Amino acid sequence: MLICAVVITLMRNLFAGAILLSIYSLLASTFFMTMDAVDVAFTEAAVGAGISTILVLATLLHVGHDTKPAKTLRVLPLLVTVFVAGLLIYGLHDMPGFGQANNPVHTHPIAEYYIENSESDTKSPNMVTAILASYRGYDTLGEVTVVFTAGIGVLLLLGGRRKNNKRKADPKIS
Amino acid sequence: MNHHIVLRVVAKLLIPSILLFALYTQFHGDYGPGGGFQAGVIYTAAFILHTLVFGLENTKKIISPTLVQVLSAVGVILYASVGFASIFLGGNFLEYGALIPSALPHAANPGGQHLGILLVELGVGITVSSVILSIFYNFAAEDDSDIEADGIPNEKGKHE
Amino acid sequence: MKILGLFNYWMVILLMLVGLYMVIASSNLVKKIVGLNLFQASVFILYISLGKILGGTAPIFLKNAPDTVYSNPLPHVLILTAIVVGVAMTSLGLALIIRIRKAYGTIEEDEILEIENKQQ
Repeated sequence: MLICAVVITLMRNLFAGAILLSIYSLLASTFFMTMDAVDVAFTEAAVGAGISTILVLATLLHVGHDTKPAKTLRVLPLLVTVFVAGLLIYGLHDMPGFGQANNPVHTHPIAEYYIENSESDTKSPNMVTAILASYRGYDTLGEVTVVFTAGIGVLLLLGGRRKNNKRKADPKIS
Repeated sequence: MNHHIVLRVVAKLLIPSILLFALYTQFHGDYGPGGGFQAGVIYTAAFILHTLVFGLENTKKIISPTLVQVLSAVGVILYASVGFASIFLGGNFLEYGALIPSALPHAANPGGQHLGILLVELGVGITVSSVILSIFYNFAAEDDSDIEADGIPNEKGKHE
Repeated sequence: MKILGLFNYWMVILLMLVGLYMVIASSNLVKKIVGLNLFQASVFILYISLGKILGGTAPIFLKNAPDTVYSNPLPHVLILTAIVVGVAMTSLGLALIIRIRKAYGTIEEDEILEIENKQQ
């Protein structure tokens, strides 16, 4: 995955970059699979590897494939990146070991509550669905609204103008 | 694309099975991995495949952009109306236990919970699928029909 | 052992830095969006790694096995929604890029800045 990411950075051709991004998403989804997150793996495979690649490719149709050859390594971004790397590695030392059952994430009572009660509360064996739709229903409602808003935004950015050209400025649409 | 007979036949075979798989994902989300978000995306993938093989105009004949835009609102409204329905039936907002009358308190009514989850996931699925389809229509419909003919089909086989 | 136990987090950090560098350093707007996607995926990996319990299984309730250890389902829910919102955001960004291309004829950031300066 890391190799894939680095190659994307170096790639001049955006078309190859888009395909590599798709491979990266597929690798991420297999990783989620091994981490027991089946729902997330499912979503990442469908959304990351499928839809977003298609959208990037559709954009490339309009804007062209090639980037300008980049100048030499830029100094300021590199400095910022190194600085952030320092901060993250400093924070890394306080992270609990990977996959231990007594990590703070797992000892918080809410996770325990979900695991023990979601089946009897909702008759839904898949805890992820139960939490998504029932316990965190407000959250998901907001999420759906965000997706809806993004759809409207794209419609306003790309769709409205096309209709205006065709129908000569219908006042209702614009 | 008219001369690619293999692609056309394979696409005709694949599209119904993709749609069926999406519906399975949608309604089996309670029991196995899946749910509204994934189902919506897979459902859209079938239409995108149709667009790539048969052309944008033919897909727009099947499901028009206006219908897609209306559907994307319908999903959100369905979700919110489940919330309001549970208020009118005596619970709190999105308290699904109130949806099916029973002697039990709302919090301990698994039947209502189950119905609520199903409806809400349906709303999510409708919105996600139609929003992504509408986004795709807008991206693909811009212009350059000649570039589209040899640009997009290149990547089709890799994703479906 | 300590280093090996944190291997996932090292990977997260490296991927995050690659994404960050791409967002800041590349002047091509599409590449910025791709970098943003890489960054996003690294955050997803961080959350999912946190939810894993070694020896656990996927959080789908098994009727006949009361002693099963399940991984933490909460991070999965958060990331599930984040992925979908992420693709919505990506599409919005790409739509903006198409409009920028229509308006300026280029998607390189420095060229856009040059055009802006000339106009003023």
